[in-house]
Amino acid sequence: MLDTLAFPEVFLAIAGMAILIYGVFRSGNPTRPVSWLVVLALVVALLAVWFGPEQGQAFGGMFVLDGFAVFLKILVLLGSSLAIILSLDYVDRENMARFEFPVLLLFATLGMLVMLSANDLISLYVGFELQSLALYVVAAFRRDNIRSTEAGLKYFVLGALSSGILLYGASMIYGFAGTTNFDGIATALIGNRVEQPSIGLIVGIVFLSAGLAFKVSAVPFHMWTPDVYEGAPTPVTAFFAVAPKIAAIGLFVRVLVDPFLGLVDQWQQIIIFISIASMVLGGFAAINQANIKRLMAYSSISNIGYALVGLAPGTEAGVRGVLLYMTIYLFMTLGTFAVILCMRQKGRMVEGIDDLAGLSKTHPMMAAAMAIFMFSMAGIPPLAGFFGKLYVFLAAIEAGLYTLAVIGVVTSVVAAFYYLRIIKIMYFDEATDSFDRPLGWEASSILGGSALVILLFFLFQAPLIDGAGAAAASLFAG
Amino acid sequence: MLEIGLAHYLTVAAILFTLGMFGIFVNRRNVIIILMSIELMLLAVNINLVAFSVHLNDLVGQVFAMFVLTVAAAEAAIGLAILVVYFRNRGSIAVEDINMMKG
Repeated sequence: MLDTLAFPEVFLAIAGMAILIYGVFRSGNPTRPVSWLVVLALVVALLAVWFGPEQGQAFGGMFVLDGFAVFLKILVLLGSSLAIILSLDYVDRENMARFEFPVLLLFATLGMLVMLSANDLISLYVGFELQSLALYVVAAFRRDNIRSTEAGLKYFVLGALSSGILLYGASMIYGFAGTTNFDGIATALIGNRVEQPSIGLIVGIVFLSAGLAFKVSAVPFHMWTPDVYEGAPTPVTAFFAVAPKIAAIGLFVRVLVDPFLGLVDQWQQIIIFISIASMVLGGFAAINQANIKRLMAYSSISNIGYALVGLAPGTEAGVRGVLLYMTIYLFMTLGTFAVILCMRQKGRMVEGIDDLAGLSKTHPMMAAAMAIFMFSMAGIPPLAGFFGKLYVFLAAIEAGLYTLAVIGVVTSVVAAFYYLRIIKIMYFDEATDSFDRPLGWEASSILGGSALVILLFFLFQAPLIDGAGAAAASLFAG
Repeated sequence: MLEIGLAHYLTVAAILFTLGMFGIFVNRRNVIIILMSIELMLLAVNINLVAFSVHLNDLVGQVFAMFVLTVAAAEAAIGLAILVVYFRNRGSIAVEDINMMKG
């Protein structure tokens, strides 16, 4: 019998295959109708997640649904569908209108949903690979473009390496805990509590964390991020920056908190280290970037560092902070990429930060929206980005991790420098060339919507904070 | 007569895994070698899984190994496909030549 708990996933899998068949048999270029069908399927899945069952387990305990999974699945589905809508104009203009593109993004999203509901190392791995394999292909999607194929190749090699590392960790955990099920691992750890936890388990969790840190692009494993962000087609970069990051952070939190809460003293050191390293590198390395997509790569590295600050304490307040941070990050990043996708002069895409010069005179609304996103990323109140940082730092301070919080605040000052530099270029530099025709209605509504969310977040934050709090509580209850 | 136990299998797997890892980082000649090294790492993991499965008397490890094999095949197919499109653009698959973007 079909388990209704996994209805969104099953529906997306079937919809993906049906849409592929539709795309093959439709005459003419089916990219646009296929894209809208994919968005429709994602929206149906979003509604099914939202109004569907709240918790339970399926497939012999391999698949779990709880408030945490529901919250993050909503974010991922929202991010994916908005990123696909953003890509519509671009794929037409830049000659990459092939209908497989949205379908691949659909399958990647399916993989993310499976990751977020994983309750077993096997389902974790399968979801993880379904997502990664689809993403390797879309990174190289402009197959006549050397940068895009190089980005795909680099992403593939490092991604495959990371899944090898993750798997080695999974095999060690299986061997020393005797089971692949997360609940079983948690029970095995409680049984172990009297003595030292076995060294094999610690090796396993170190390898598993390293594999996951690759996917969230946290610092010693970040080297693929700038190249892939720069080389991949811009809508793909927008997608990379949003949905897979949220899913991978969600998986990271679930793996460390759900089965391994008993080992918190061990993994806390790893998380603190990669969090500080990500914040520092993301802050300093972005300063002299000239390419805006590369800048966004370093910005996403430092944002991941802040999100990991919330994971480090291993407390409910911390996880709530991570969830809020990723929600806000979704809107900031999507909005910024909506602007980057409009950076076109004389029919060619431009990617230099200097090309934004004088944007306030040529496109005042776009410049205002971009300024909102940049102020928010710099963490200036009362914009949403400030609250995102506030909650993760508060959680760290409550848990006594003062050094981590202080370093976080200091690096966010450093990062503010390059965000504010973009605003300075937009408002005070002389315009060179204006951008081509105004945005399509899809991109402008996403741009305006995200800007409104960021701007008015402080007025309407209560329901979101309650939702994130409930989601975090469900992770600790289970 | 030497008794072959779990520790021996784990040692072999650890050596293979390390060799695969080194193959990726030390090799500067050819991307195909990187693909082979990745395969080697996944096979090391499979040895681990099967050895643990026999040791624990639990079939899950072998099921996991089957999943790893399947996904590894898909991964190799995608990797080679990306390599082919890259070669068409660049005319070379030497590791030193993958340098259009710094980093």
